[in-house]
Amino acid sequence: MTSFWSVVVTLITLGSIGAFAYLLWVCATDRMGKPEGESMGHEFDGIEELNNDLPKWWTYMFVVTILFGLGYLALYPGLGNYSGFLNWTSANKQVTSLEESRAASADSQGIVQYDQEVVAANERFAPIFEAFAATPIVELAYDEDAMKVGKRLFLQNCSQCHGSDAKGATGFPNLTDDKWNWGGEPEQIVETILHGRVAAMAAWGDVLGDEGVDAVVEYVLSLSGRRGLDVKLVEQGKAKFGLCAACHGADGTGNEMFGAPNLTDQTWLYGGSRLAIEESVRNGRAGVMPAWKEILGEDKVHVLSAYVYQLANPHQ
Amino acid sequence: MKFNHEFLEKNIGLMAVFIVIAISWGGLAQITPLLFSKEVVTPVEGLKPYTALQMEGRDVYIREGCNSCHSQMIRPFRAETERYGHYSVAGESVWEHPFLWGSKRTGPDLARVGGRYSDEWHRIHLIDPRAVVPESNMPGFPWLSDAELDGKETAKKMAVFKNMFGVPYTDEDIANAEAEVAGKTEMDALIAYLQSLGTALK
Repeated sequence: MTSFWSVVVTLITLGSIGAFAYLLWVCATDRMGKPEGESMGHEFDGIEELNNDLPKWWTYMFVVTILFGLGYLALYPGLGNYSGFLNWTSANKQVTSLEESRAASADSQGIVQYDQEVVAANERFAPIFEAFAATPIVELAYDEDAMKVGKRLFLQNCSQCHGSDAKGATGFPNLTDDKWNWGGEPEQIVETILHGRVAAMAAWGDVLGDEGVDAVVEYVLSLSGRRGLDVKLVEQGKAKFGLCAACHGADGTGNEMFGAPNLTDQTWLYGGSRLAIEESVRNGRAGVMPAWKEILGEDKVHVLSAYVYQLANPHQ
Repeated sequence: MKFNHEFLEKNIGLMAVFIVIAISWGGLAQITPLLFSKEVVTPVEGLKPYTALQMEGRDVYIREGCNSCHSQMIRPFRAETERYGHYSVAGESVWEHPFLWGSKRTGPDLARVGGRYSDEWHRIHLIDPRAVVPESNMPGFPWLSDAELDGKETAKKMAVFKNMFGVPYTDEDIANAEAEVAGKTEMDALIAYLQSLGTALK
């Protein structure tokens, strides 16, 4: 704020308080020229206004609010650019980037209330998270306290897609089974959460044509042992499966490098009905796991990874 | 005639004038200085004007009343920043007309929802929130997928933001607006808008 506006704000604020004090004084002095308790000369519905003093308790309350206001303005920011005797502020609201925000927090020396709160929390929680971070995931996954934290983190950040029971939804993987598109080893889980994943399946409708799509779908159904299929169509599909094998493997068991699901089991990310599989083959799929490194930080991701690991491996 | 309390009470027009003066008095101290205050009118470094599609999405957001249940204002408390990210700062809202900070959280704050979920998640969630979050009490907005945008008004909207509010759109941005939006659905626009939220300070 420029000093001009600072002065304007200060004058208006203090002037208003002064005006209130004056108003109180005017109202508290008898200037109606009538003795106390006499009628003021008008009445409505039988209720008459008498010339009485302001109630004492009310007058004193008014005085107290004025004093409180002046005291507050002396201690806290309120008068333009004056930052108050206590130097208090709620946050570094003037920052224009994250770097600036971090720098401002670093040299606020604990004046800023938000930073105080964060520093206090870090002092309390940092040692706990450090201990968690030093524990290997396979061990941390069976630490009761760590898993309480992990569950909170999961419900807060992951349940929107994977469900609060972690069983997923169509297009969002179930984390409680032993099927992993990107791998279920601790390092792989950490990598998935930290940096996210993009599982892009191309659309094959134009390349294969309608008959080609039908054939490939029939073959894919046969991979997981579906019965009652058209054997001839399965053979035709098998001949075209080379296109799919680049990601899903020649035997259709998938590839964790590309997040390509295993097609030979009974787990279907986008549904295992003929229609759902046809949709996948014809129009492709785009599965995106967002990256959480910037949002959660590595220590929390470590705990979260242990939680996810434990979901699929409930017993040590 | 004596100018006193009785005179003021019996001339309601005059009293209205005084009421307006009394209310403006507070605004003179609380609002006017902000219009000239550097920290309130300086955009944060990463701030980008809404693209044509995001601009249309923002209008869908306003039309559907999303701001009645979702705030876009992260307060400077650790409990909030742990959940939503860095608290909101004034420099993020300098090109917001009107701002959509909201005042009620039936749903979560959306100030930094950009990038948190995939486009596909938003699509499924907006059509039927309970398809992905069974506990949700948010209404579905399935008609957005069917409502196609023609982009006829988009350039005009952007020109208003440029000329009236000083948002730095180039002539090229405005010239391409219609082509960028035409044929997209309101769902595409709303998702583009949501994915942009809060990304200026990340």
